[in-house]
Amino acid sequence: MQKKSLFQTLIHGTDFDHTQLSALQKVTLRAVVMSFLFFGLVAVEGMIMRMVQTGPSNPLPKMFNHPEHYFSIMTVHPIVGIFGSTYQLVFAAFMFLVPYLTKKPLYSVKLANAVWLLITVGTALAWLAGFIWQYAPLYTLYWPLPADMEQFKLIGGFVFVIGVALIMLGTIGFIYNIYATIFARTGVHKNKTTKELLISGFGIDGLMNLIHKLTGRPPYSKEPALSLPVVAIFRGTVDTFLDAIVILGAGILVLVYLIADAGGVTWDVHAVDSLLYKNFFWWGLDLVADGLVLIYVAGSWYLLATIITGQKLFMENVARAALLLELFVSWMVWSHHLLADQPQPEMMKLVSGEMVTAFELLTQGLALFITLVTLWKARPLKMSPELAYLLGGLIGFGLAVPAGIIQADMGMNRVLHNTQWISFAHFHIALIVGLYMTLYSALYVLWPLVTNNTTLFSKKLTWTHFWLYLIGGVGMGAFAGMAGLDGMLRRHLYVNGEFNTWMILAAIFGSMVMIAWFIFLFNIVMSVGLKGLIGIFLPAKDNAAGYGLDEEPEAAPEAVPAQK
Amino acid sequence: MSFATSIELLKFHWAAYSIYALLIVSVIAWFGYNLTRKEKVRSIVRIPFYGYIAFLVAGGVGHHIFTYNAIPWVAEDIMRHDIKADHEYTIAIDKHRWKLPEKPIRFKQGDKVRFNVTSTDLTYGFGLFRKDGTMVMQMQVLPKHKNDILWTFNECGKFDLTSTEYSGPAQYDSETGRDKMWVRDAVIVDCNPKLARN
Repeated sequence: MQKKSLFQTLIHGTDFDHTQLSALQKVTLRAVVMSFLFFGLVAVEGMIMRMVQTGPSNPLPKMFNHPEHYFSIMTVHPIVGIFGSTYQLVFAAFMFLVPYLTKKPLYSVKLANAVWLLITVGTALAWLAGFIWQYAPLYTLYWPLPADMEQFKLIGGFVFVIGVALIMLGTIGFIYNIYATIFARTGVHKNKTTKELLISGFGIDGLMNLIHKLTGRPPYSKEPALSLPVVAIFRGTVDTFLDAIVILGAGILVLVYLIADAGGVTWDVHAVDSLLYKNFFWWGLDLVADGLVLIYVAGSWYLLATIITGQKLFMENVARAALLLELFVSWMVWSHHLLADQPQPEMMKLVSGEMVTAFELLTQGLALFITLVTLWKARPLKMSPELAYLLGGLIGFGLAVPAGIIQADMGMNRVLHNTQWISFAHFHIALIVGLYMTLYSALYVLWPLVTNNTTLFSKKLTWTHFWLYLIGGVGMGAFAGMAGLDGMLRRHLYVNGEFNTWMILAAIFGSMVMIAWFIFLFNIVMSVGLKGLIGIFLPAKDNAAGYGLDEEPEAAPEAVPAQK
Repeated sequence: MSFATSIELLKFHWAAYSIYALLIVSVIAWFGYNLTRKEKVRSIVRIPFYGYIAFLVAGGVGHHIFTYNAIPWVAEDIMRHDIKADHEYTIAIDKHRWKLPEKPIRFKQGDKVRFNVTSTDLTYGFGLFRKDGTMVMQMQVLPKHKNDILWTFNECGKFDLTSTEYSGPAQYDSETGRDKMWVRDAVIVDCNPKLARN
C-alpha cells in the first residue's frame, strides 16, 4: 500500500471512516471533540493566569493585569474546565459505556445530542459573560457577590446565569438518559425488576453478600443485576443530579435579584443569609468534587483494571459496598470548605469537616488498593498506553487526596485555607493528573470500539503526550502548591511578582501540559483526518443506539415506573 | 512535638508532604515496573487487607488527633468563647475598606488577642502576613455575622493585613492591579525576651 503524505493524512486520517459510525459512536465522539477543544481553552486561560502572577516582566499585554480581566478569566476557567471539558468527556464515555456494558441500547441518542449541545452552548455563554462583560463572581458565587451590580454589569450576570443553567439542563438530560437506559427492561434486564436494579445500583447487593459471607450463609446475589462500573456510574449520577439541582437553585436566586435590579427595584441582598447560602452551595458543589468525581473515578479504575487484565475484579463485593458507603460520605463532608468560617458551628466543623471527610481517605484508598491488586494478580502485563495512563491516574489521586485531607483539619486550615496549596496540590493534581489520566486511559481503551478500530497516527506521540502530561501536571501542581505554603492566596491578584520563582516553575511545567494537549490533539486529528472530524458532526446512516448487540434492538421503552 | 507558630508548622508540613509525595510516586513507579516483569516478583512487604484499612483509618483520624495536640490554636479556637483575651479589637469592613480601631494595632509577644471582624456588604477574609509573604493566620469574614478569632502571638514582628477572600475586582486598583486592602504594618508585636525561642 502506498504511504500517505502528511498532508493526505491530515485530510483523510489513517483509516478512519466516519460513514461507518453508528449514531451512538458519533454522539460520543462529538462530545469528546468539544471536550478537548474546551480543554485547550482552559489550558490557555491557566497559562495566562500563571504568567500574570510571574510579575511585571511577563510578556502579556497590560490588559491581562487588570483585575476585571484577570478575575473574569478566573471565573470562567473552572466553568470551562469542569463543565465544558470534564463533564462532556465523562458524559460521553458513560453514554457509550452504559449501553455497551448493559448490552442495551441508549435510551435516546437525540437526548444525548441535546446534552453535548446544551453544555457546549452553556459553557460558551458563561465564557462570553466573562470575556465581553467581565462578570467575575468566581465559581464559588459567595453571596451576595453575584448580585453586586455596583461591581458587575447586569447583562453579564444574565448571560452567565443562563449559560450555567443550560449546562445544568444538559446535565439533567444526561442523568435522565443514563437512568432510563439502566432501568429499561430489555435485553439482559428483561426479567429484572426495578427493585433488583435499584438494589444493585446502590451497591446493597455487595454489602449483603459480605454480610452473608461473614455469617456463613450462601451469597445474597450470585450474579448482581448491574456490573460494577455501571453501579459506579449509577451511584455517581445521584450526586450529579443533586449538584445540578443546587447549582440551578443558586442560579435562580441570582437571577431573581438581577431581574429585580433590571426592573429598578433594589432588594436587600442580606435577606439571604450568607452563611446559610454558603452551606447550601458548598453542599451541592462539593458533590462534584467529593461525590461524583471520586465515585466515577473509582468505577473507571475498576472497569479499566478488568479490561486491561481480562480478569475479574479483586474483592468485588467490598468495592460495591464501598460505593454504598461513599453515598453517605459524599453527602456529609461539605463543611470542610467552611473550616475558616467562624460563625459555622464547631460541631459541624468537627463532624462533617474533619471526621467524615477523613473517610474519603478510606473509600479512595480502598479503590486504589482493589485496582492495584487486580493488576498485580494478572502480571506480567504489557506496558500499554492505557495501563500507563491508569497508573498515572492512580498517582494523581495518591497525591491529591491526602493533600486535601491534610487541609480538612482545623489546625492546618487556619494557615492553608484559600491558598494555592488547595488549588494546586489538591484539586489541580486531582483533576489534571488523577481524573484526566484516568480518562485518557479510558479513551485509549474505548478508541477501537468508538472509531471501529481506526489506527492511531503515532504511538510515539501517544507516549510523548503521556510523559509530558504526567511530568507537567505533577510539576505544576507541586510548585504552585509550594507557593501556597509560602502564603500565596489562590483568589488574589499579585502584580509585582511576589511569588515569581514558584510561578515561573509552575508556568514551565504548565506549558508542558499545554504542549502535551497539542501533541495529543495533533495525533487524534491525524488519525481521523479533517474530513473525518467534520464527518463526526454529520448525521449517521446507522441509527443504532447500542454497541455490539447481536440483533436489531427493540425500541427502548420509557423509564420503567417503580414496582407496586 | 508542638508548633508555636504557623511558620514552624508550614515548614514541617512542607518536609512531610514532600517525603510522602516522593514515596507514593516511587511506589507506583516500582509497581508499574514490576507489573511488566516476566519473572516472579517477590513482594518486599505483604500488606494484609485489614492492616491496610486500619492504616487508612489511623491516618485519617490520627492526623486530627496529632494536630489537636501539636497545634496550639486548634483547642484555643474551639474553646475561644470561654477564654479571656489580653486584648480585644473590633474591625469593620465596608466597600473594600478596613476600619481599624488604631493603626498600628500594637501589643506584646505572648499576648492572646481577639479580633472581632464584621462586614457590612460582602464576604471578605481577614489575614495577617509576615514580611516574607507567609501567612500568620486567617479567617473568613461573612457579612452580617460575628466573625471572631482568638490568636496567641508567639512570634514578634510587623505584620501586614489584607483580605484573604475574593470580594470582586474593586479590591484592586483597576489600572495597576495594586491590592487596595493591603495594610502595611497593620499589627506590630513587640518582642518579649522571656519568650525568645532558641
